[in-house]
Amino acid sequence: MKEFLVISGKGGTGKTSITAGFAALAGDIVLADCDVDAANLHMLLEPVTYHTEEFIGSRKATIDPTHCSNCRLCQESCRFNAITSTEIACTVNPLSCEGCGVCSFVCPKGAITMHDHVSGHWFLSDTRYGPLVHARLGIAEENSGKLVAKVREQAQRIAQEKDVEYILVDGPPGTGCPVISSISGVDLALIVTEPTIAGLHDLERVRQLAGHFDVPVMVCINKYDLDEAYTRKIELYCQKQQIELAGRIPFDRNVVSALVRGIPAVAYAAPSTSENSAAKAIGDVWQAVRNRLLA
Amino acid sequence: MLITIASGKGGTGKTTVAVNLALTLKELLPVVLLDCDVEEPNVHLFLQPVVNESEKVMTTVPKIDGNKCDGCGKCSEFCAFNAIAIVKGKPITFPELCHSCRGCTLVCPTGAITETPRQIGLVEKGTWSVIKTAKGTLKIGSPLAPMVVDAVRNTAPLHHGDQAVIIDASPGTSCAVVAAAKDTDFCLLVTEPTPFGLNDLTLAVELAKKLGLPHGVVINRAGLGDHSVYDYCHEADIPILMEIPFDTKYAACYARGGRLVEEFPDLSDRFLKLWDVIQHHAKRHQREEPKT
Ligand code: SF4
Ligand code: SF4
Repeated sequence: MKEFLVISGKGGTGKTSITAGFAALAGDIVLADCDVDAANLHMLLEPVTYHTEEFIGSRKATIDPTHCSNCRLCQESCRFNAITSTEIACTVNPLSCEGCGVCSFVCPKGAITMHDHVSGHWFLSDTRYGPLVHARLGIAEENSGKLVAKVREQAQRIAQEKDVEYILVDGPPGTGCPVISSISGVDLALIVTEPTIAGLHDLERVRQLAGHFDVPVMVCINKYDLDEAYTRKIELYCQKQQIELAGRIPFDRNVVSALVRGIPAVAYAAPSTSENSAAKAIGDVWQAVRNRLLA
Repeated sequence: MLITIASGKGGTGKTTVAVNLALTLKELLPVVLLDCDVEEPNVHLFLQPVVNESEKVMTTVPKIDGNKCDGCGKCSEFCAFNAIAIVKGKPITFPELCHSCRGCTLVCPTGAITETPRQIGLVEKGTWSVIKTAKGTLKIGSPLAPMVVDAVRNTAPLHHGDQAVIIDASPGTSCAVVAAAKDTDFCLLVTEPTPFGLNDLTLAVELAKKLGLPHGVVINRAGLGDHSVYDYCHEADIPILMEIPFDTKYAACYARGGRLVEEFPDLSDRFLKLWDVIQHHAKRHQREEPKT
């Protein structure tokens, strides 16, 4: 079983459209959408969800005002400024509370309890390309890293049970905790970038992160023809860093048209499929990635 | 006036809007531009400020004195973030998971734990022309983005009065976005007219509502995609404050790190109007729900 991650550093590079393309081309796979903050992959796969489960991502403190003597020890001890005191008692702002439990430990009256907090949901679904594990973190919640770990764990379980060869992971943007949780231990990461100054900048950051976790990477340049000079710059950067290029994908309005119809670009038969279509290029990139995975 | 530029999804043009709004306003009033997208700060690619002050963002992590530790495991039991594990009767720490709550230090019965500083990010203050800037960068691999965001916000003067303080937030709806958007006067949500854009916009709207912030939408790459974002805004009664049409000229300008309003002066009228309507909406909100 091999885990293959598609990641982008910067958002909006077209990562999810490309991942959905791979899903359609790969055959025997399990899909995991680890962009738990803003999951989009399911929108191209028409999933039928057969299991939904609550995700207990953290704890929150609550203060019983009838036991609180208003000594404000909790307020002084909370490193996250989550406690405010009123005339009568202290209260916790759940948006700021990280659930560390320090207030509950220091409270001399035992007025503070910690309780489990549902911070999102995860789902098991079937799609026409294979099983999909996806999730949704609640608004303004944290601990997305833990939810990502849950999604990957479920995907691995399904892959093992069904004896499936590949897990295809759609990763979150950025370089924060959900990305770390997505990247650690995968067999290969494909970084999708675009030929812009921001694209190159974020590519560098996400590559460093992959290096940190010893994960081999490949790069693919999406919408490469929007600025070919910049595309060459990125290719040069990859050469210097000895990163293998998986290919270039042209800007193609059909990708958006497919998206509007809720299907992957590679499954969308455009009226005038030209040689230089994104669908074809996505297929080539998938071949390159597959060869590397098999090597 | 303190406004946040946010978007449920990355790559919608949040930074473009923040930078060009700042450029448009700079002749009219004092402008402060804060890059709070600390995982991928990108403002400096479009405005190259002269950095005149930089400050490390520090936090503390536990240091365990092996001579005093008797291996009771209370610290590991207490830690809500699995940052301490007991391996063969001895605690080992994982500083990258630590949220610096100080709980382990407090619970340790033998006083074996002290706190030691650890850098989680950097804040750089600078100026570009008359615009004051600050940029936060989270150390790669650190989970404490909100703390770095707070540090960036703390560089702005408390009483902003007649200044425009513009905050470029991280994409998404995570705790880092909350840190960037909370207690601001207006939240501008940048999206694109595609099903992905719509899905992520609805999440961003939920966030703005949860924080009680007046909000409005900017549609970038208008003309690409479909009508669903417009329909949604109409039904949900969310004002569309500006559109930036899809144009490969604009895309090319952005790609190079160019500044739209300088290369296409007709766009600055749109940004001026945007500022007017933001102020209008923010003031109306203040009248209706005065801050306590
Ligand atoms: S649990 Fe921790 S973060 Fe939450 S209120 Fe108590 S001390 Fe603050
Ligand atoms: S300071 Fe808090 S988060 Fe850090 S190791 Fe100690 S108990 Fe865990």
